[in-house]
Amino acid sequence: MNNASTVKKAPPKQRRKIVSLDKKKARAGWIFVMPFVLGFLIIYLPVIIDSIRYSFNEIKILPGGGYELHFVGFENYQKALFEDPSYVRTLTSGIRQLVFDIPAIVIFSLFMAVLLNQNMFGRAAFRAIFFVPVILSTGLIDQIDRSNVLLSYMGDTSSGIDTGTGRDTVTEIVSVADFSRLFRNMQVGTELLEYVTGYVNQIYNIINRSGVQMLVFLAGLQSISPAIYESCSIDGATAWETFWKITFPMISPLILANTIYTVIDSFTSESNQVMTYIAGVYNEAGGQVVSTAMAWMYFLLVLAIIGVVVAVLSAYVFYQKRDL
Amino acid sequence: MNATNVQTGPKVLKESKNKIRVEFERTSKWTRFKIKYLSWSFVGRVVYKLFRLILLLGISYVILLPFFSKISSSFMAREDFVDVTVKLIPKNPTLDTYKAIIQENGYLTALFNTFVLSFGCALLQTLICSAVGYGFAKYKFKGAKLLFAFVIFTMVVPHKTLQLSLFMKFRYFDIYGLFNLLGGGLIPNLRVINFTSINLNNSFWPLFLLSLGGLGFKNGLYILVMRQFFRGVPDELEESAYIDGSGVIRTFFQIILPLSVPMMITIFLFSFSWQWTDNFYTEVFFTTTGPTLMPDIIKVPKQLDTNYAAQNLYVAAIRNTCGLLIIAPLVVIYLFCQRYLVQGIERSGIIG
Repeated sequence: MNNASTVKKAPPKQRRKIVSLDKKKARAGWIFVMPFVLGFLIIYLPVIIDSIRYSFNEIKILPGGGYELHFVGFENYQKALFEDPSYVRTLTSGIRQLVFDIPAIVIFSLFMAVLLNQNMFGRAAFRAIFFVPVILSTGLIDQIDRSNVLLSYMGDTSSGIDTGTGRDTVTEIVSVADFSRLFRNMQVGTELLEYVTGYVNQIYNIINRSGVQMLVFLAGLQSISPAIYESCSIDGATAWETFWKITFPMISPLILANTIYTVIDSFTSESNQVMTYIAGVYNEAGGQVVSTAMAWMYFLLVLAIIGVVVAVLSAYVFYQKRDL
Repeated sequence: MNATNVQTGPKVLKESKNKIRVEFERTSKWTRFKIKYLSWSFVGRVVYKLFRLILLLGISYVILLPFFSKISSSFMAREDFVDVTVKLIPKNPTLDTYKAIIQENGYLTALFNTFVLSFGCALLQTLICSAVGYGFAKYKFKGAKLLFAFVIFTMVVPHKTLQLSLFMKFRYFDIYGLFNLLGGGLIPNLRVINFTSINLNNSFWPLFLLSLGGLGFKNGLYILVMRQFFRGVPDELEESAYIDGSGVIRTFFQIILPLSVPMMITIFLFSFSWQWTDNFYTEVFFTTTGPTLMPDIIKVPKQLDTNYAAQNLYVAAIRNTCGLLIIAPLVVIYLFCQRYLVQGIERSGIIG
């Protein structure tokens, strides 16, 4: 072997590719989001496509494993819309419920966040209590509670034991009659009256569903610079004026975000009547594909609602930093 | 208000070279008291504070009462449900309900299985969502906006829509027909592996895989929150780390992750407890032959005789007791972590 000659030879110049910092950073960005990209491509996208495909097919699960699909076109959609006795009715009432729920939840959570943001005795304890439902009243517990409600309606109420749903308790503290009297004296329309009293009665439900929104609003309130409030109070603004002139505009992007979140959350939640109905259809024989079709129609409708909400609200949203 | 008698400047009394006593002519105690406490603004403040306290106490009561009544009814004996005089405090306190559920419904097995599942999922989801959120927050690359739109999309599509296809996906798990091809599904002679698809249902794999892909329950929300949080972290931190010769990955693990611990605990808490009480995925991926999980213990144990007068209430109480047993570990975790919950969200600076 002629070692000497190879040693003498200068090693071939390693041409390092010069990569600009931007490109390097772009590559690093891809590395970080890679799990999501892979998950999306390998699991989510096929699942979505399958789901759309199933809604146009009839399905038969073969006994030996595997399944058979027969393309049936829009039959499932037709079944859902025209043959199913109560889908359309459930859908319309569900959507109406959703439209009425959104303002109630957003206003309530904003109000509570403003209260919990003030300095007072026992604030930490109150905050801890208010976020209990976010952690503890989801999924299974929610499911148990819902069957409880049924029970409290069916079972004899005379025995006096609270089944623990919280709904009866509110009516014990304030009866609807008291509230209606109060509001009748205020000379507001009966629709508004019924709206408010209706929600006062299901305050437990509202609290349960506004936990995350409260957290988001609290975070937003914390991020408003105290200097603005200080200059406001020096100029002699009252708390009421400060709220509407400072807090409200500063927090308006979050109102938009929370509204969207509320729509998504309440229409994907299990306690939603449309969802319950769709789940019921899913468990019927051969109902899986029809329920998928129903879910897709529902999804499109809610997407349209989100579009309308964004279009309306974004006209009023104030952004402090335009560049974000 | 009536602050008419203003002091006329301090009186200086010199005692020695270094000691000076200054005497102010202060308004009398009574006048000060009057100005401070006997004004309408003070009354208004007190009324407001009282109102606020009562409101918060009332709502806390509404939130907590269901738990109290569940706890009290879980200790009640069968006879207490017929007794009209029993309201919140049981007359014949008993632990039978708890005993029966723990013995008969396989509570401890469910506890262990669910803990493994939830802990694994929560850990994976926290790490993956942090990394993905970091990628979206700090790096600009082509297609980032489109990808982020996909994240929002996964958040918006209700999981019910995907119930059937998720079940099918993991019942016949396959990556774009790869297993089918290798297993001879398409070409019979080509059998590299001896299966055409894997049945992953009734195992923890579907949920772990979903978590790995950042597709688990509400993971879109976590990614969004982490992104907002990392946006608030100053770029100078990473830049100085780069200058010191640290790579991108190392910077992430050694600089960025340690400072986002409160936020990660928040995410962990959310995903752990939501997975713990989840009933959708467990219903889709697990059949009765699968491992015992939390939803399986919600049933009336046979040793408790419910055939009695107030049967409905008794059954409801038993189910509630199951619920209490399910959330008991969560309560403990919440007590330790709740301060991080508020702190973490506050620091995230979710705005805009």
